[in-house]
Amino acid sequence: MKLTQENLKDLADGAAFLATGGGGDPYLGRLLAQHAVAEFGMPEVIPASALGDDDAVFTSAMFGAPTVLVEKVASGEDIDLSIRRLAEVVGRQPVAIAPIEIGGINSMVPIAAAARLGLPLVDCDGMGRAFPEIQMVTFNVYGVSATPAVVVDEHLETVIIETHDAKRAENLARAAAVQMGLSCMISCYPLTGRQVKDFGVHDTLSIALGIGEARRQGARRGDPIDAMLAYLRETRYYNHAKVLFDGKITDLRRETKGGYTVGRCEIAALDGSDDAFELIFQNENLVARNNGKTVAIVPDLITAVDRETGLAITTEALKYGQRIKVIATSAAPVMRTPEALAIFGPNAFGLQEDFVPLEVLNQDIA
Amino acid sequence: MRIGVDVGGTNTDAVLMDGARVVASHKATTSRDVTQGIIQAITAVLSAGDARAEDISAVMVGTTHFTNAFVERRGLQQVAVVRLCLPATKGLPPMVDWPEDIADAVGSHHYMVRGGYEFDGREINPLDEVAVTQAAQAIRSKGITAVAVSCVFSPVKTEMEERAGEILRAELPDASITLSSRIGRIGMLERENAAIMNASLATLSTDFVASFRRALSALNISAPFYISQNDGTLMSAEFVERYPVLTFASGPTNSMRGAAYLSGLQDALVVDIGGTTTDLGMLVNGFPRESSVAVDIGGVRTNFRMPDILAIGLGGGSIVRSEGDACQVGPQSVGYRLREEALVFGGSQLTATDVAVASGYADVGDARLVAHLQGDAVAAARGAIHRLLNDAVDRMKTSAVPVPVVLVGGGAILVRDAIPGTSEVIVPKHAGVANAIGASIAQVGGEIDKVYDYAQWGRQEALEDARSSATERAVAAGALPDSVKIIDLEELPLSYMPGQAVRVRSKAAGDLPL
Repeated sequence: MKLTQENLKDLADGAAFLATGGGGDPYLGRLLAQHAVAEFGMPEVIPASALGDDDAVFTSAMFGAPTVLVEKVASGEDIDLSIRRLAEVVGRQPVAIAPIEIGGINSMVPIAAAARLGLPLVDCDGMGRAFPEIQMVTFNVYGVSATPAVVVDEHLETVIIETHDAKRAENLARAAAVQMGLSCMISCYPLTGRQVKDFGVHDTLSIALGIGEARRQGARRGDPIDAMLAYLRETRYYNHAKVLFDGKITDLRRETKGGYTVGRCEIAALDGSDDAFELIFQNENLVARNNGKTVAIVPDLITAVDRETGLAITTEALKYGQRIKVIATSAAPVMRTPEALAIFGPNAFGLQEDFVPLEVLNQDIA
Repeated sequence: MRIGVDVGGTNTDAVLMDGARVVASHKATTSRDVTQGIIQAITAVLSAGDARAEDISAVMVGTTHFTNAFVERRGLQQVAVVRLCLPATKGLPPMVDWPEDIADAVGSHHYMVRGGYEFDGREINPLDEVAVTQAAQAIRSKGITAVAVSCVFSPVKTEMEERAGEILRAELPDASITLSSRIGRIGMLERENAAIMNASLATLSTDFVASFRRALSALNISAPFYISQNDGTLMSAEFVERYPVLTFASGPTNSMRGAAYLSGLQDALVVDIGGTTTDLGMLVNGFPRESSVAVDIGGVRTNFRMPDILAIGLGGGSIVRSEGDACQVGPQSVGYRLREEALVFGGSQLTATDVAVASGYADVGDARLVAHLQGDAVAAARGAIHRLLNDAVDRMKTSAVPVPVVLVGGGAILVRDAIPGTSEVIVPKHAGVANAIGASIAQVGGEIDKVYDYAQWGRQEALEDARSSATERAVAAGALPDSVKIIDLEELPLSYMPGQAVRVRSKAAGDLPL
């Protein structure tokens, strides 16, 4: 795949779809990437297969609160420094940068990082979607250490984190981020090429771009959502894809629990049927139920989109009265194993039910 | 008595009001010279109402003048931007996402200096006053006389912007200086954009106020004049010179305020049906509900308060087309040519107005000219009109509870059937000039948008602080202290924050001493 200034918007829109309601506003992420690219040039995007087994690959991400990022955006130098410091700590120079998640912001920050450092960007990430915490990553699932991790703020002050497990790394990084003003850059999961190939969720940048392009082209013909679904069905992992519900938001409750926005959204059918649909979210959408019966559940992807434009709606932007379609797709197989489900399956979010694949819950699925 | 004028893209409407009574009203096509058009409208209502200049205690004007100037890149001036932020936000300098033509009109004179706040009010760095002074000197040497000042998290704490403003004023005594925290909300780029937009209109607004003042004195009107803001409150002439951007989208707001006034309802859905489009907005406590999303104006993304308006392509001039059983109404419209092209006026185009006349809803033009229309076809068109409206009404509602609807604008004649989800449909007297009546309502307001940590403040204390800050601002804007009421209070919990960080918006409004 080839990135251009022009297709970054499609990529950001597609990433926002894969972010399942979380991952922050794609607008700022895109601006950061566009500005870095204008100054330093567009990075080359390579498939994981192009990596040597012993190559060092570092991740780059924004860490903190998306609601703070809208005021205090990255300086750029903080992105570079997180990677340079990590190279010093592990004693190896990265040959490429990889995203850790595909969200509105964190699909874009690695583009800025790769551009600024003159490194290629790997078409792959550690979630194939967005999750709220550092340990919720495939690399962690399959035994790669999240640390050493380097957190940098705009003053170019750094915190180096070395822990025994990824959840501890999350807790310590979070504590540092609060002191740093909740808008910092992190480089964690120093990887080898082999680990990227074995445990990464592949082609997710290409797929995000493909989703964004399909939506835009479909919108011109008046069927953006059909176009996205047709595209998803041709992909390797997101091939089970379905509009779960078409309706209007009739009730919405949100509260802050443990630093996260958790909530429940009720949707009534537009066709006048009595079906009662609900969406439960904690930053990202976690579970969708139709008449009380679960029809999609984390880590499978559940995204609310505007029913006219097909653009993804973050859980923060859900409003009473919105006309939405709820779309679900299967997650990558690497994210559906028992080991993976232990880290980011339903129970990890406090849901009292087990994961059932989307295509099993919906026998009619394409 | 007072005079309200609303200058829209198509029409300039004026009313002469005596207390709650409409003494006279006037409608004319908007002229190229906005000030002249306003003067003609005032003269017309004065003579129609048989009133003298000295009877007038205030003149209120709503105008699209500044919006149009910005969108059309007309009369904008060069602006210097001083952002208090370093070392944060360097990755995205000012005006990073502006369309090229408008960025050229405003220039690119950017100064980023050390300063800014964290989300909780801690300093990123102390303000670098020397750097602000140096920026001021550079701005002076370039001959720029409009400055926008922004600061990271200035909605949380305004001191640094205020201090930078003082320094700039001392160095540039003739410059117009806009502080972002006075206009925009959380979201630094969008707030900064709003401040830059505002600064770029400085000369235009000074000229507008001066020419309007001259024109009023030529009419021997010595009463103060006020300009409508987009939240439904007024600002003084002095204030509009400093904050012209707050007039953006005041047209739909004035219609809604007028609808509230005429119907006596404080909470209702207002449907303003014009010639080409219908604007829908929700009244909450007598004021328009605000949009919660970023708004694009002339290609520039901003986040200052704007009314939440849904515009659909339905109006009195909407073209009606039938294909078999299907009937399509709008979005194409004959617009201002309604009186030439509609069937009832002897034209050849079937319009929504013809459907209303054929249905017996209205007596406009010559009803015999639509007598030949088939009953089924008329019913189908009527159904299509109501479906468009019903759907739009449903979109604007925020709960399942039925709401009253106030219909205003010339196109109100199109609607007669019940609208689902509504409790009643009211078409008040003088609905055609609701916008000018809305402009004449004499209230001023104040608002704040700030992040509070409830763990530290306590929820009640934080909300009380928000209320009293908004009230103070309303009083500072000229409201009688005893008349000030809180009209909006909104809490939004923030994710990933320690403690209980909640963003609180509060808004107050009160009466002007007229």
